Amino acid sequence: MTTVEDRELLKLPEAEPRNIEDRLRGLVRWEGGLVILFVASLFYGASTSPYFMSIQTFFFAGLNFGEIAIMALPMTFIIITGEIDLSVASMLGLSASILGYLFMHGWSIWAAMAICLVVGIVGGALNGFLITRLGLPSIAVTIGTLTLYRGIALIVLSTNTATGFPSWTTNLSLPIGGTHIAYDFAIFVVMAIIFGVVLHMTPFGRSLFAIGLQQETAFFSGVRVKRIKFLLYVLSGFICAFAGILYTFQQASSASDTGTGLELNVVAIALFGGVSIFGGRGTIFGVFLAVCIFGSLQASLTDANVSAQAQTIVTGVLLLISVLVPNARDGFSRVRSQVRRRRVRGAT
Amino acid sequence: MAKDTEDGVGTEPRGVSPEEQPLLRVDHVAKSFGPVKALIDGSVDLYRGESHALLGENGAGKSTLVKILAGVYQPDAGHVLLDGVPINLASPAAARDAGISIIYQEPTLFPDLSVAENIFMGRQPLRTGRRIDRGEMNSHSKDVFTRLGVPLNPSRLARGLSVADQQIVEIAKAISFNAQIIVMDEPTAALTEVEVSRLFDVMKNLREQGTAVMFISHRLGEVFEACQRVTVMRDGRFVNTSRIEDTDIDTIIRSMVGRDVSSMYAENTTVPGENVLEVEHLTREGVFTDVTFNVRAGEIVALAGLVGAGRTEVARGIFGIDKVDAGTVKVGGKKLAHGSPLAAMAAGIGFVPEDRRQQGLVMDMAIDRNMALASVGSLSHFGLIRKASERSLASEWAARLQLKFGRLSNNASTLSGGNQQKVVLGKWLARKPRLLIIDEPTRGIDIGTKAEVHRLLSELVAQGVAVLMISSELPEVLGMADRILVLHEGRLAAEFSRGEADEANIMRAATGQLKKSAA
Amino acid sequence: MSIIDDEVATTLPSKPTGSPILSRVLRFRELAIVVAIALVFGATYLKNSQIASAANVQQLLSGPAIIILLAVGETLVIITRNVDLSVGSVLGLSAYLDGVLFEHNPHLAVPLALLAGLGVGLVCGMVNGVIVAYARVPSLVVTLGMLYIVRGVDAIVVNGHQIDPSSIPQSFVNFGSNNVLGIPILFIVAVVAVAIVGYAMRSFRAARDLYAIGSNPDAAVLAGIPVQRRIFSAFAISGALAGLGGALYLAQLATVSSVAGTGYELNVVAAVVVGGVAIFGGSGTVLGAALGALLLNTINGALDTANIAQFWHQAIAGAMLLAAIAFDRFVVLRTDRVLRVEGAQRDNG
Repeated sequence: MTTVEDRELLKLPEAEPRNIEDRLRGLVRWEGGLVILFVASLFYGASTSPYFMSIQTFFFAGLNFGEIAIMALPMTFIIITGEIDLSVASMLGLSASILGYLFMHGWSIWAAMAICLVVGIVGGALNGFLITRLGLPSIAVTIGTLTLYRGIALIVLSTNTATGFPSWTTNLSLPIGGTHIAYDFAIFVVMAIIFGVVLHMTPFGRSLFAIGLQQETAFFSGVRVKRIKFLLYVLSGFICAFAGILYTFQQASSASDTGTGLELNVVAIALFGGVSIFGGRGTIFGVFLAVCIFGSLQASLTDANVSAQAQTIVTGVLLLISVLVPNARDGFSRVRSQVRRRRVRGAT
Repeated sequence: MAKDTEDGVGTEPRGVSPEEQPLLRVDHVAKSFGPVKALIDGSVDLYRGESHALLGENGAGKSTLVKILAGVYQPDAGHVLLDGVPINLASPAAARDAGISIIYQEPTLFPDLSVAENIFMGRQPLRTGRRIDRGEMNSHSKDVFTRLGVPLNPSRLARGLSVADQQIVEIAKAISFNAQIIVMDEPTAALTEVEVSRLFDVMKNLREQGTAVMFISHRLGEVFEACQRVTVMRDGRFVNTSRIEDTDIDTIIRSMVGRDVSSMYAENTTVPGENVLEVEHLTREGVFTDVTFNVRAGEIVALAGLVGAGRTEVARGIFGIDKVDAGTVKVGGKKLAHGSPLAAMAAGIGFVPEDRRQQGLVMDMAIDRNMALASVGSLSHFGLIRKASERSLASEWAARLQLKFGRLSNNASTLSGGNQQKVVLGKWLARKPRLLIIDEPTRGIDIGTKAEVHRLLSELVAQGVAVLMISSELPEVLGMADRILVLHEGRLAAEFSRGEADEANIMRAATGQLKKSAA
Repeated sequence: MSIIDDEVATTLPSKPTGSPILSRVLRFRELAIVVAIALVFGATYLKNSQIASAANVQQLLSGPAIIILLAVGETLVIITRNVDLSVGSVLGLSAYLDGVLFEHNPHLAVPLALLAGLGVGLVCGMVNGVIVAYARVPSLVVTLGMLYIVRGVDAIVVNGHQIDPSSIPQSFVNFGSNNVLGIPILFIVAVVAVAIVGYAMRSFRAARDLYAIGSNPDAAVLAGIPVQRRIFSAFAISGALAGLGGALYLAQLATVSSVAGTGYELNVVAAVVVGGVAIFGGSGTVLGAALGALLLNTINGALDTANIAQFWHQAIAGAMLLAAIAFDRFVVLRTDRVLRVEGAQRDNG
């Protein structure tokens, strides 16, 4: 059926100028900017402290940031579908509390961990149920479960602190044997690779983008929208529970307020990594770079004796940059067209 | 189709004479968006008391012209003159102040506010202390509705109004502004016949009060029914303006397309084969009831009926978008699970929905990914999408459907309406369906592409595909379908073969004047 | 359900303004919260009559005053289909700066201190507003960024310092703890804010524009509404009220550290949502939001009085919030159905 004419028709428009612009846009993608920023942050760190470039620094950066980074991965999936999960940090805290409670009450560490993961799955399923089956807005639902899960953590552990975990668990806060890599960070990297492959190379990942951009079309094309969203919340719950376990081991203790307020950090990392809050756009690579930048900036600012609270300014500024810079392009063209119009009007 | 000079055409518009000053003159207006020249030479004159049709294929520049009149876009060149004086429509507010009101196809109401507040948004009547006077606002609204002859409750929420009622609210808004010029951008696209005739009554009413109406429609029959003059645009340029009695549909189509459209519809000569789709007693409470029919390989069956008769809903029920309450759907003799688009797809059904932008395409996704959206599973190897296969699938179908596009990696939103429809078709054809359900195959598509879509459907049935088509355009139904099923209030009211059907008996069945037993 | 509904419809005089269904549901919504507050209060009273003591009631009223104030501002923002997550941080910064002001001017008049706090908030709100409205970036991201930035600035300004009660004049402390006619002054301030803003939201064009923007942003542009200016104003007011909240915080506690107001943002959003303001904009009232805040606080107070361990509070609050959202969803579905049926009846009749 394809004739010569058709083929020509196919080729014809390739000469259009728009394509050059397309290619340029590809080059100056957000991730490109992030790479530059990452390098810049390394230079900054090196300039503030001679010790910055040491392997120790990177180890601690990875250690401090591991759980947030891990939770940012399912968050990325969820935001790409146009939803949000603000209950992640509470789930982390709940998991940590249950782990501590069960362990203190004589459970074996393995059984306690298994229960935590199950609780994560159940908690995620509750989010997913309320959002996909009852059709409630995810931002409101997860603010609710944020409070609920933290509340349950309080009931479980009240004001106690659980300690005395087996030594092999607390050893997780040391570098991986023979290297200077933190376990948290290594786990994050492995997970990021898996998440990246799933998001960018599988039909499942493709359907996440379709859902985020045009949910109805996705459904009309055979994507099981509700089921996928439900699964994402279950996944998020599971991974946050897992992060809670890691966090407990790393701190060698757990309390009911473990990880309070981290949810906004997790969202911030995903957004700074170039994931659009409206859904449909984002890459795991971008999120990975965002983690690296936050990590290295945190390390260098700590080196420079900037208090943890004051460091939040950097988080905030980076977040604002992440939305302002991509918009600046449109802003410039708006201004340009206005100027041109004024000139035209002036000329006539 | 043109009903001669019976109803609308007879009333001579006041002042349509070359000497008199036009109320509104659009004079050689141009507008570009980057490299895209949306409008090169837009010109049209509008006189008091006339209904003036603005025609042209999609991409002819009508919408851009309308948006310039609305004050949404600023022209790069040319002028808009009101009573001979150039005016600057710098914003929607400026256009409103100049007496220009736009009624969009999809009315833009505030669903959470009352009807009255929708009409008076931003200029609510005030009492002392600059406070809003709600009583005054409601009684004003009531007056306007009385003038229009439509009983709407001003204090109800706009949420839940039918499209036709929403348009009435928009027209009421225009009247409350004392708009001299009302531009209606495809107002009839989503209306039932009854609603269309009510709208035309309102238009006549307005005209008699000296308002100038600019009417945009793809349904040429309506233009002859409701308008006195017609202006045709093509490729962003003015082509000609003529009095309606000096022209006919063929002439208008020729000037819209720029060439002869030889035959709009091709006869389907395929002999129908086996049953592909058997629908038995399909029921969804309150929507459609006891619908039974079949579609055979190599035939086109049309579902006709008024908007709201349940045509789209039946299609959605078959494809599993909505859950049905009773009845069965069989494809190739095998029962289909309810409520699962995936099951329908696996059985070989493709569904081109009526709302291309919301349901057919992911507008901000690349063309090739849109084409592959329903087939990514089969394009995968060990669970990973093979991008090369994806691209070759897309370019193959782009070529077969003669898609006009920049690059396959461009977003679907960069395409014209007709080409977007081709992408949706390609998405389903790539799955080699046994049955294609196609809802409003040519809505909002220009005439040239329309003919291509029709030809494509004919080719499909020639290859033995079964087609179930839903269309509000009777000429399309009559021209394409081998059998026509008419729905009335959710029930099958009649079935016609190609030979028996004509506009009159379809309309009788669709309006409930014909019961199935009588057919 | 329908029985309650009908009762409400008959007991309330149907006002000439607004759709009967609309007002019925909206009033029903606010009434539902009042009923819930009464139920919580009543149930607790049966268990422990202590809750009805004057001191306790005063505590129940003054406790949520600040959240009510913040919820009023947040309501304006959420109605425009935006969100302001920076209110907690703004409150913290304004409370601290107000305290610093007192340290330097021990005899500062109370109204001036309130104005100063309001001013600090106004500036923050205007920054939010400029970025959201004029740079056209999603408010969730902007205000999340501002949450961090303002908190960071706060930390730098505070620098380990703490405002302590000795530097706050007695007049200001009295303002934060005294009662007029048995009603806490803080609560009166909150009520006045609710009354003013609530009345304005019904009666002024600019305020109706906010509903229009949230209900259909594109249509708002077409209707000639100055969308950017209105969104800017909503954020500015939200910021100002958060700033005023900061001053009240100082008056109430007389001590401020760099963590003041941390985490308030989600409590405020929760109160607004419980109060029936649609999270995606377009509908809801200031009164509802205020009642939502009052309800959440009453539940906490009731749990205290009923000697239910503190640990349960948060879990119950979370469950309440989920119930409120689910309830709203139910009401919306029901309204939609009623409106559709009403339309169909007219078409047929």
